[in-house]
Amino acid sequence: MTQQTQAGAPSNANAKNPVLEVRDLCVSYGKVEALTNASLTVGEGQIVTVIGPNGAGKTTMLSAIMGVLGSHGRIAFDGSVEGVPEVERMVARGMTLVPEKRELFGEMSVEDNLVLGAFQRYRMGKRDHAQTLEEVYALFPRLKERRDQAAGTMSGGERQMLAVGRALMAKPKLLMLDEPSLGLAPLITREIFRIITELRRRGVSILLVEQNARAALQVADYAYVLETGQVAMQGPAHELADDPRVIEAYLGLGGKHQAMLST
Amino acid sequence: MDMSIALILSQDGITNGAIYALLALALVLVFAVTRVIFIQQGEFVAYGALTLAMMQSGVLPATVWMLVVMGALVTALDGGLALKAGQGRRAAGVAGWNLGYPLALAAALGGLAVDELPLAVQVLLTLAIVVPMGPMMYRLMYQPIASAPVLVLLIVSVALHIAMVGLGLLFFGAEGQRTPAFSEFSLELGPLMVSAQTLWVLVVSALLIVGLYQFFGRTLYGKALRATAINRVGAQLMGISPTLAGKLTFFLAAFIGALSGVLIAPITTIYYDTGFLIGLKGFVAAIIGGLASYPLAAVGALAVGLLEAFASFWASAYKEVIVFTLIIPVLLWRSLTSHHVEEEE
Repeated sequence: MTQQTQAGAPSNANAKNPVLEVRDLCVSYGKVEALTNASLTVGEGQIVTVIGPNGAGKTTMLSAIMGVLGSHGRIAFDGSVEGVPEVERMVARGMTLVPEKRELFGEMSVEDNLVLGAFQRYRMGKRDHAQTLEEVYALFPRLKERRDQAAGTMSGGERQMLAVGRALMAKPKLLMLDEPSLGLAPLITREIFRIITELRRRGVSILLVEQNARAALQVADYAYVLETGQVAMQGPAHELADDPRVIEAYLGLGGKHQAMLST
Repeated sequence: MDMSIALILSQDGITNGAIYALLALALVLVFAVTRVIFIQQGEFVAYGALTLAMMQSGVLPATVWMLVVMGALVTALDGGLALKAGQGRRAAGVAGWNLGYPLALAAALGGLAVDELPLAVQVLLTLAIVVPMGPMMYRLMYQPIASAPVLVLLIVSVALHIAMVGLGLLFFGAEGQRTPAFSEFSLELGPLMVSAQTLWVLVVSALLIVGLYQFFGRTLYGKALRATAINRVGAQLMGISPTLAGKLTFFLAAFIGALSGVLIAPITTIYYDTGFLIGLKGFVAAIIGGLASYPLAAVGALAVGLLEAFASFWASAYKEVIVFTLIIPVLLWRSLTSHHVEEEE
């Protein structure tokens, strides 16, 4: 059932063993509030998506959860509450963020980029990156072919694969993806979404922020609609996909295009 | 000028150039990782040389007290934070490294007859005193303003440089010091007498450069520093904290500075304020590399060393002027040839 959200209302009841529970998260840039009392839950092994228009606060929300931005609210990750999340500790505890801009190390080789994804594990004495590297290469054979190439010289799709692969090197419990399909050709977008579903099959929980609402709702278990910094709607992804308001606001454009093309 | 003079000048130039190369590499590294222009690099050279000289004259080097004070401040800050967060073990670790270690070092130096120790041990003790000041300095002065504009960081560097020169005068006095050579032999190559100390400088510099190359190319920590230099945000998302990268970088820079000082102490008389000129020449070399390219900085350092040596023969009164004037054509050339660097993606 799709629901109009009241602040702090319990939701995403399907989520057993929540990996991430965010309650009443607020972020402000100076006097401007970018995120107001946003709450969401990601269950173990779930894909949860946050959709919404540009500037709704989606990226802000991920940055605050990761500790890149300061915030107020309650963030519980993997069973314990974070007072003020701090990036290094969140990475150490098993959360990784693939940012919208990828933030690769352009002049370094593909393999060096990947290995650096395991830095925090290496620091904590878990030196299994050689094995993880093979697993990531198995998932992205293209990266193995290009292992010695400088990351900055690759195509947009390959760079996105590298960004996801690098995040997986940390063996995350929760993978957060910010607009993974942004600027990519449809074929590559489909490949990225195929990999996202494959990752869920392997037990990685995923928080996916997307403007491509159609694709996101197809792969997700549960979805939130973020508008002007607030959770406007939420529900199981397939129900939201059938919700007339969502269709009109976020899925409608494609339909209109088709209608225009067919006339 | 005949051939033998040219050879002698070249030898001088290359020896000095090797030291400038080390300093230039450290400057490029510090700037790339932390955006700090490390003006006080030269003071680490002087502190290294003069700490060794003090030990050899049997005096307890006053620099160890500076280390104790800096360590106490770090302990108060970081230990206090850890205690507040209820991390007692972490607080103990902070205190052990930042307060226990300097005090133990001071006690050991006080108890030993330092002037009778073998040179190698004296050198190690010198490094043990001066090098930890690097990361402590980062913690105290730069970490709280790590995201400040480059200009603010530069102002802090200038302030620290002035403070360190003043403290140097207090610690070491106004007289210059020269330490005995590491070993007393010389190599005859045709008309050229190569002193042992020259060989020491060249061999140690070469080893250090190779070592740094391996560190940055092969180890994960080295790669993490490079990654931080290339993309700070990306590195942070991998769990490479800017604080860790900054401290590690300052450790390396302080190590390079202090070791350079120890190496040149038998060649040149070092005063409390000599470091500035040496560091500035390393800086000219680093500028030739655009504060970004390690190989260009190293080549630039050799050029600076050679130019300085020949200038001191032809126009010794103007040798500094000639070396620093080199910056003007280099800046012109760079501003004409280099393109504005775009943000990644």
